[in-house]
Amino acid sequence: MSPEDPHRRTGTLFIACGALGRELVAVLRAAGLPRPTIACLPAHWHNTPERIAPAVREKIRGIGRDYERVFVLYGDCGTGGELDRMLESEGVERIPGPHCYQFFMGTDEFTETAEREPGCFYLTDYLVRHFDRLIVAGLGLDRHPELRDMYFGNYTRLIYIAQTDDPVLRGKARAAADRLGLAYEVRHRGYGELAVFVNRAMAPAGD
Amino acid sequence: MSDEPEDDIVLSELDDDELVQQMHDDLYDGLKDEIEEAVHILLERGWTPYRVLTEALVEGMRIVGIDFRDGILFVPEVLMAANAMKAGMAILRPLLAETGAPQVGKMVIGTVKGDIHDIGKNLVSMMMEGAGFDVIDLGINNPVESYMDALAEHQPDILGMSALLTTTMPYMKVVIDALKERGIRDNYIVLVGGAPLNEAFAESIGADAYCRDAAVAVETAKELIAERRRSNSAAMNVA
Repeated sequence: MSPEDPHRRTGTLFIACGALGRELVAVLRAAGLPRPTIACLPAHWHNTPERIAPAVREKIRGIGRDYERVFVLYGDCGTGGELDRMLESEGVERIPGPHCYQFFMGTDEFTETAEREPGCFYLTDYLVRHFDRLIVAGLGLDRHPELRDMYFGNYTRLIYIAQTDDPVLRGKARAAADRLGLAYEVRHRGYGELAVFVNRAMAPAGD
Repeated sequence: MSDEPEDDIVLSELDDDELVQQMHDDLYDGLKDEIEEAVHILLERGWTPYRVLTEALVEGMRIVGIDFRDGILFVPEVLMAANAMKAGMAILRPLLAETGAPQVGKMVIGTVKGDIHDIGKNLVSMMMEGAGFDVIDLGINNPVESYMDALAEHQPDILGMSALLTTTMPYMKVVIDALKERGIRDNYIVLVGGAPLNEAFAESIGADAYCRDAAVAVETAKELIAERRRSNSAAMNVA
């Protein structure tokens, strides 16, 4: 790249947790928005959050160089603020909030629920769909089912924050609650703050 | 031909060194029943409870901790090992009290308000106990008042706080600020831990140290207590 031929940046890039890719596409489709480029990182990094910030930075400095606007769709996801510190230094905006299930539920409702009942375990459509792989296998409960109460003994309720109205997913969520020995509740909240953020991010500059 | 498979190990037939080595392997594999059996065998052979604890259980968990840190073992395996050690500790705990095992110091520990996660805290409690600390475990979801009451009642050397969530870890500062307001912050060594924490966070909230795992917590606690005792004794000499 020479000074006479500056690197041309066009379009929008979303760097997203794999747990949000499908939901992002659904939000774009529902709003009739043009499809931006979406780069997803593995959702199972939730269990090893120290990998998230370096990998997102690599995307920003790699593929992100080609885009006019770059946004990050991730909760803090257990990085302890590391993701936000990195994004600040890179000048890239992230959807606010510590957890993906918080921005589906809405910050106020999540805060109120967490304060009232700290022992809530949250699932989204994605987490219900991949419960066996991410939670059961991810925590080793398939190999060591006796660990269930060490992991979940202090939890009281499983709340399924549904993005879609899908009886199959509701059935799986209820089965997940039974498997973990928790009370079950479903709250249909759609795409919540994710939709707000994506619509704003996709708005033409100056809007 | 015996009913037992040929490669089955009969623990009681092993000599002491072999048995301890086998216990390290069994802890590594999370074999609770085998650990309980071996603890009983060593006690019957006249081992002191303290020696069983340190040479068999704590050393075995130390090896587990190293392999966890190196990415060879993962959380489920560590928890299985911890379960096995816990079973051994349950046999030894009453005996340790009777036989006057050495006490290194005292610690009050608890997960902060709003947080119900206790796996890491429980591991720290167990390893601290194994290292000779008297541990008062306050459990989960502790408001400032619980910590203050326990500190007043037990007068520990160390306050340990744990949090797993980005949203609950700031509460550690609330507790430390309450200690400062009461003028008692310097009476305690404050250790903090939990997956989303790091050293910079510990420093920013005014803790004495961040402990990334149970083994580090034990080493840090020992070092800071020794340091504190050295400076106290130097101060007394000056006086």
